[in-house]
Amino acid sequence: MKDFIIPWENGTGIQDDIDRGTPAKTGKPVTLTIDGMEITVPEGTSVMRAASELGIQVPKLCATDSLEAFGSCRLCAVEIEGRRGTPASCTTPVHAGMKVHTQTDKLRRIRKGVMELYISDHPLDCLTCSANGDCELQDMAGAVGLRDVRYKAPKNAPLANHFETRNTSGEANPEWLPKDDSNPYFSYDPSKCIVCNRCVRACEEVQGTFALTIEGRGFDSRVAVGAENFLASDCVSCGACVQACPTATLQEKSVIEMGTPDRSVVTTCAYCGVGCSFKAEMQGDQLVRMVPYKHGKANRGHSCVKGRFAYGYATHKDRILSPMVRDSVDQPWREVSWNEALSFAAKKLVGLQQKYGQKSIGVITSSRCTNEETYLVQKLTRAVFGNNNTDTCARVCHSPTGYGLGQTFGTSAGTQDFDSVEKSDVVVVIGANPTDGHPVFASRLRKRLREGAKLIVVDPRRIDLLETPHLNEAHHLPLKPGTNVAVVSALGHVIVTEGLYDETFIAERCDVDAWEDYKAFISDERHAPEATEALTGVPALALREAARAYAQGGNGAIYYGLGVTEHSQGSTTVMAIANLAMMTGNIGRQGVGVNPLRGQNNVQGSCDMGSFPHELPGYRHVKLPEVRKIFEDTWGVELDAEPGLRIPNMLDAAVDGTFKGLYCQGEDILQSDPDTKHVAAGLAAMECVIVHDLFLNETANYAHVFLPGSSFLEKEGTFTNAERRINRVRKVMAPKNGYEDWEVTQMLANAVLKETGGKPWSYAHPAEIMAEIAATTPSFAGVDYTVLEEKGSVQWPCNEEHPDGTPLMHVDGFVRGKGRFIVTEYIATDEKSGPRFPLLLTTGRILSQYNVGAQTRRTENSVWHDQDVLEIHPHDAENRGLRDGDWVRLASRSGETSLRVKITDRVSPGVVYTTFHHPDTQANVITTDYSDWATNCPEYKVTAVQVSPSNGPSEWQERYNAQAEQSRRIEAAE
Amino acid sequence: MTDAKMVLMANQIASFFATQPGGDQAAGVAAHLKDFWEPRMLNQLKTYLGQGGEGLHALVIEAGQAL
Repeated sequence: MKDFIIPWENGTGIQDDIDRGTPAKTGKPVTLTIDGMEITVPEGTSVMRAASELGIQVPKLCATDSLEAFGSCRLCAVEIEGRRGTPASCTTPVHAGMKVHTQTDKLRRIRKGVMELYISDHPLDCLTCSANGDCELQDMAGAVGLRDVRYKAPKNAPLANHFETRNTSGEANPEWLPKDDSNPYFSYDPSKCIVCNRCVRACEEVQGTFALTIEGRGFDSRVAVGAENFLASDCVSCGACVQACPTATLQEKSVIEMGTPDRSVVTTCAYCGVGCSFKAEMQGDQLVRMVPYKHGKANRGHSCVKGRFAYGYATHKDRILSPMVRDSVDQPWREVSWNEALSFAAKKLVGLQQKYGQKSIGVITSSRCTNEETYLVQKLTRAVFGNNNTDTCARVCHSPTGYGLGQTFGTSAGTQDFDSVEKSDVVVVIGANPTDGHPVFASRLRKRLREGAKLIVVDPRRIDLLETPHLNEAHHLPLKPGTNVAVVSALGHVIVTEGLYDETFIAERCDVDAWEDYKAFISDERHAPEATEALTGVPALALREAARAYAQGGNGAIYYGLGVTEHSQGSTTVMAIANLAMMTGNIGRQGVGVNPLRGQNNVQGSCDMGSFPHELPGYRHVKLPEVRKIFEDTWGVELDAEPGLRIPNMLDAAVDGTFKGLYCQGEDILQSDPDTKHVAAGLAAMECVIVHDLFLNETANYAHVFLPGSSFLEKEGTFTNAERRINRVRKVMAPKNGYEDWEVTQMLANAVLKETGGKPWSYAHPAEIMAEIAATTPSFAGVDYTVLEEKGSVQWPCNEEHPDGTPLMHVDGFVRGKGRFIVTEYIATDEKSGPRFPLLLTTGRILSQYNVGAQTRRTENSVWHDQDVLEIHPHDAENRGLRDGDWVRLASRSGETSLRVKITDRVSPGVVYTTFHHPDTQANVITTDYSDWATNCPEYKVTAVQVSPSNGPSEWQERYNAQAEQSRRIEAAE
Repeated sequence: MTDAKMVLMANQIASFFATQPGGDQAAGVAAHLKDFWEPRMLNQLKTYLGQGGEGLHALVIEAGQAL
């Protein structure tokens, strides 16, 4: 992106947004003089950056502060007293006492000459160029005072250039290349390229994909993608190259169509748990583009294809903008006023409670909605419905993290900030696929791996992280699905029996009795990798080497995902991971820790806000009278002291006839939750299902009330990412449905309270909701919107003790006091492969799609992934006579579906893999109702299946699609 | 939920606590059930225990007395 500076505006969150040319450094202070002015900067800082800190912008083209200096354009030349020549200020580090001159006659001549050469091979179509007003080449021509280009074509011969399609004789210019428009979001126009290398370096340094290169030399130099075009290449469409390009060569198509933005507001991405900060760049209330915000502390100026480009769903024609109701799900929807819809819903809910009891209804909060919205939804059930029937999608992803880390460390919180990975020496990734699920974190991790950190991957699949360019030492432990506890315990066994544990840390920081119990347990030979090899499929030597690398390699950090939690022993694996970190002393400082990679944008926040049925906000059990009293005093009602139903329990109770009504905000449980047929049966048994969403999702097929939602661009609030960072979400346009989601929940609460005679809620702004959260929840006591405006973001705990927040947990001691080792015996899941279902299915996600795909399927991201496919090993495919691309029938004891097959040795023999992004496939028809022993988190990652040839979609799929179509009918307005 | 599913879930909890050191495994099962199971689930378990508790892990049966 060009150095496009929009004036600082109050309330936009934007701070210093100047491109200082080279990255910031840390080091001891160095004082120098630039143009007669003294400045002190950290050692290692470039002269260019030091000048910029003084307010002096040295002309530049190949430099930008997201990339290391390159020194190719020669425009940033300066003169330094006592030194010969005119060094490039971008590649020259500061020295004490240095005297620099950035503007002299000599430098002016040099710069003008450089620019003249650049412009001699650049089209002068500035007025109609998409980068007009946002082009560094244009800016620099102005800055150096270029008034003429002296290079002319020789007589009777064309001047060779790259931008004219034909020469003056009408012959085709062999140097001209057409635009590459293959990528749906940006265009590559080679005729405007100045070969500054910024795109290539961004792809390498920032993204870490190495999809781009410069081919040819001198005049023949070209940016190349190593394939026919961008779409066919290794490019992952993160947009870092587009952002780095100083001209219109790589340009967002939205800017080409709409023009340049006129204002900018900092907000937070609504996709994964990395929680990237973006500038939403606007024209009026139209979003022109999303640009990652360089002061965003989670992403440090980077993004992925989803966050930067996949926002089109917010204005998609499928969005429902009017409330709708119907008496039964076989009827078409009827559009009604907000009042009518809310009154309809309230009467039904109150009626159900009168008929079936206080505990017959409940809510599901959304991990895609804000903290404030989630807080209100759980408050609705606790304070208005009078029960604790609240749950959230974290039930089906990271609830075992809550239990496992809570038991061992005293809190479910991830221990680090994302910056921490820059200090890691060994990184263990267990059951996570960061390049696809958490791409911006993956880029930061890959940078560290290129710097030499070692990688250990525990995963049934050979994930892309193992293909990282310039990867140093890597270990892959390709375990059989369902054997996590055996593998992680075997790692512990090696560390303990080979004496690689940190005795001092354990003695000082951990419960020594629990350690002794654990040590005796884990030392038993049954946990030795040689003993577990047959069970886990992981070669004993590979496991021993990985254990030694983690324990002896310096700072060891563990990152894990749903491949850990979504098992019948999910909580046990989390505890086993915590044991590893404690025994090696890898807790409480930069570069180490235990880090759950949260799936959705606000999974952390929705859990913090009391979405679980047994916990009030701040993870405090509902049984505790002193905690209930805080909320009873604030809310003015008596609270239920018994835990409520979790999502699977709600569905079971619905089938049993005791759970009758549900308010489901921003979740699509029919597609995302396991055992689709059981979910459908549960929903069908309810008498009032209220879906509050952007779209008529799959769950809405069984809904009686539809309340239209607002997108993240249309609301104020906060999201909390995987590093506990509370980031502001800012409204950049009015809600297309008329109301922000917190307002809708408040209106629903008030409609119910009107029926019951309760005192209505009266929040006027989400800041008031956050004030209530801060007043009732000690870890949020110091959080308010003024603090967030000042600091940009804070990581909880943020309170009197930690006024600036807490980047690292457990620094001086564990939250629970002493760290507690827990015995982690491997217990096999009951889900086993056998003659009928001989393969094990595991599921996951892909880079371009997100969760159930409700958002990304409604964007151009589908060009990368338009259907779910089943990955199968060549051996298993051959046994079944399958060819790549064939339709197959995928069946388990729960159900069957059909999809196309992709043959790959990325999965081991005996293992198949698919994604769950498309409702046409409904991968969750296959998954079972087995779940984690402690939390009921479903066992998505292990399902015994059979794969056989098929002719196309199954009868069930066709029946499902017909029912969905029938259910989505909307009655024509009279 | 079906009794079979309830038995499976309760036994999973018992199977974890059965591996834990110390002599309070049944107390661990009971505390876990009280902390995480909604009253109608606990009632179903108690009713099932009253009917003999077929298929339940011994620790669940022991824990049942503390529910």
